[in-house]
Amino acid sequence: MNRRGFLDLLLGGGAVALLGAIVYPILRFVMPPRQPEASVSSVVAAKVGELAPNTGKLFRFGKDPALLVLTARGEYRAFSATCTHLDCNVQYRPDLEHIWCACHNGHYDLNGKNIAGPPPAPLTQYDVRVRGDDIIVTRA
Amino acid sequence: MNQSRIAAWLDERLSLSALSDLARKKQVPMHRHSLWYYLGGMTLFCFLVQVISGIFLLLYYRPTAEAAFESVQFIMTDVPFGWLVRSIHSWAANLLIFFAFVHMFSVFLLRGFRKPREITWVSGAMLLFLSLGFGFSGYLLPWNQLAYFATKVGTDILGQVPLVGGWLLEVARGGEDVTGATLTRFFGVHVAILPMITTFFLLTHLVLVQKQGMSVPIGPEYKTCRQMPFMPNFALRDLVGWTLALGLLVLLASLFPWELGVKADPLASAPAGIRPEWFFVFMFQTLKYIPGKVLFIDGELIGIAGFALAGLALVLVPFLDRRASREERGALFTAIGWIGIGYIILFTILGYVA
Amino acid sequence: MQVAGNGRRSIRCGAAFALVVGLWCVVPAGAAQTPNSCINCHSAQTTERLRQPAIRYPDDIHAAKNVSCTDCHGGDASRGFTENDPRLAHSRSKGYRGAPRPEAIPELCARCHSDVEYMKNYSPKLRVDQLLEYRSSYHGKALAKGDEKVATCTSCHGVHGILPASDTRSPTYKTNVAATCARCHADPDRMAPYGIPTDQLALYSASIHGRKLLEEGDLAAPTCNSCHGNHGATPPGLTSTSEVCGECHANNRDFFNQSPHKDAYAEMEIGECVTCHGHHDIQHLTDDKVGVSSESLCIECHAEGEPGYQTAAGIAAGLDSLKTMLAIAHERLERAERGGVDVALGKFDLHAADDALIKARTAVHYFNPEKFNEVISAGLTETENVIGHGDAALWDLKLRRIGLAFAIPLILFVALMLVFKIRQIERRKPIP
Repeated sequence: MNRRGFLDLLLGGGAVALLGAIVYPILRFVMPPRQPEASVSSVVAAKVGELAPNTGKLFRFGKDPALLVLTARGEYRAFSATCTHLDCNVQYRPDLEHIWCACHNGHYDLNGKNIAGPPPAPLTQYDVRVRGDDIIVTRA
Repeated sequence: MNQSRIAAWLDERLSLSALSDLARKKQVPMHRHSLWYYLGGMTLFCFLVQVISGIFLLLYYRPTAEAAFESVQFIMTDVPFGWLVRSIHSWAANLLIFFAFVHMFSVFLLRGFRKPREITWVSGAMLLFLSLGFGFSGYLLPWNQLAYFATKVGTDILGQVPLVGGWLLEVARGGEDVTGATLTRFFGVHVAILPMITTFFLLTHLVLVQKQGMSVPIGPEYKTCRQMPFMPNFALRDLVGWTLALGLLVLLASLFPWELGVKADPLASAPAGIRPEWFFVFMFQTLKYIPGKVLFIDGELIGIAGFALAGLALVLVPFLDRRASREERGALFTAIGWIGIGYIILFTILGYVA
Repeated sequence: MQVAGNGRRSIRCGAAFALVVGLWCVVPAGAAQTPNSCINCHSAQTTERLRQPAIRYPDDIHAAKNVSCTDCHGGDASRGFTENDPRLAHSRSKGYRGAPRPEAIPELCARCHSDVEYMKNYSPKLRVDQLLEYRSSYHGKALAKGDEKVATCTSCHGVHGILPASDTRSPTYKTNVAATCARCHADPDRMAPYGIPTDQLALYSASIHGRKLLEEGDLAAPTCNSCHGNHGATPPGLTSTSEVCGECHANNRDFFNQSPHKDAYAEMEIGECVTCHGHHDIQHLTDDKVGVSSESLCIECHAEGEPGYQTAAGIAAGLDSLKTMLAIAHERLERAERGGVDVALGKFDLHAADDALIKARTAVHYFNPEKFNEVISAGLTETENVIGHGDAALWDLKLRRIGLAFAIPLILFVALMLVFKIRQIERRKPIP
């Protein structure tokens, strides 16, 4: 093979490789990721049966912590889990049957209303729907 | 299949041979200012990168106040190579505007707008304004604090225009304030309206350049300079430039990925140091220096009027530079050009250090 | 209730009057007042001391509830002004008693405020035990012994312009309480006979509680009466301090009460909580106060070699290890973020990890190595989680760099080949 043909080969090979290096990311980009969309306004918080009655579970909603509660009477409730006092994560207390913040003894009822302690405002409440096996929490 | 058989088949239907003749015959003058000829193609390259990366971003972006920021975050974190596509789009936008300005100034100084290229120049000026419009409308789309408040300030200035200012502001914002409606509106402008208008002017510009060939600077020595065939010599050189520009984009996008910022919160106070995008900074800074009131007129109004006049003058340059239309060298417009360049650079720097 | 006959009649007049006007009707002070010769005559006085009560009383909560001058002072409010004869109004036969002496004030106020049936007319939830509490307080006991200089009702609540404690202008509104107490308690001359220090307001204002309430306006923060009580004002007892602090700091109280310090402090007769944290001057305790360093509080009691010393050292070590890991976690996420990788998921878990440090600092109050280390391990697990996220992000970053290291040379190679191609073409066919 002469010099000209060699150069053509190198150029062609390089161009094809470059094209591949462009097309490969594009193809990967176009294939939707496992979670096909940003969970902005709704998220699957848990599966049915995951929570026992009178227990709670912390989960992630967007970038914020949230609390899913299954009350003793069998109702699902969901709230923002960021305490309105100094931003600690709240938890569900089965013995008190309502929500509690460990940092400074703040108490919230099952409507999210601040009922005792330092928190100055209620917890934001979210909507909960059960669809099949999924417990879906959406912003109200 | 034989290449020439395909070519012949197409040619019978599309008269492609006429086009390929044109390409083969096109010559590019070689002289000491020939380097500037690459800039138009560089600008076009950036524009093409924007179109392609923009279309891919469209697959995941959501133009509502509730989801825009999160969708961009999604692209940056969850979509494979999403960070790359988005960062390339943001960097190429800046490169596009940069090259557009340099291309415009070089053509200005080389008097490329002389007869018969007046329409080429006018369409080019429109393309410059359109790219600024792309930049302004696109900047809001990630819906972060900086973008939100920069848009607020920018559209506030629209409201200063006499008589129609209020109407302009409401049409631009889709309401009285910057809201989700503004976002949706800017999105429509960015992906549909501006592209449509740009296509028209771009085709005009490109067709004219092909038809009329490259202009040469004023002076007898340029009339008899060497000519380089466009195909394949200049075209290959163009391609080298485009390849290197691609490398630069990939480097910038990888080492300096575009940041997400903080989600826009209209109720929060504006973050300190709100500034529009860099290509508007010189105008912003100029407005800051104009006193609040000059005689009885609002200072800002004077500034806006000044820029409007400058924009109009830019479009009309071919008809204003009398000496150039007589094929005479002229110091005046050269001086104006350099002053313009100096002013933009100086005031952009001032906008960042002052 | 021991009151003079005329006084009882005045009360009954006042009560009947209030019932007639309307139990829940809150009328503006000026509107429903029957013509009041007390107010009319006193407003026209030139002596400030006599004029002020009449000027200020219309804003008083009692005026709004249709309690008139005569309900406290006795006398006849229907006569004396037009006749220009004070003696008609200041009628002894109608029970006029003038301005009461300090030692009579609590009883005077209590005539209504301790009458359960009477106060129910205004609001059944109003307390009626203030006098009882007052009598048990230092102020009340001193007053009973004849000290007229101590605080009585009017010292804190004001007189003739009394506002409910929920009104921000009231001296008993939460943010004003400290200043009200300080009127006497920060006055060295006043406090000298009692030997009580006068630095409480200064200390409190600089303390974390003071700053939270007075500077940041956080109404959840305590002030004087939050710990000392109002009418029964008394410093908390040695063995009940943790109950007072525990009203808000519940976990600290619970852990402390389970700890060896509870009984030990009671035996040594030193105050719970305040021994380490102070009382008026409480600040955010820094971590170096726990442990065995020269700065720590633990070594003030625990000498080297004692079990307490080991516990202190262990607690300090646990805190340090958690803080170190947290710092690593923070740094790793920051590095990833600076490189351009988004770490929202990592930050979410980091929040939980930071919470663990807060929990750990509370768990110090167990003063028990096993229980404390449980909290520390939980925290360390969270932190490891975060570091995992950070590492994944940094790996992502590395992959990008590798991709770049592959892409850039490829691009440069293609550009170079193009240049060679150009030279090759122009060698064969030079440009004319």
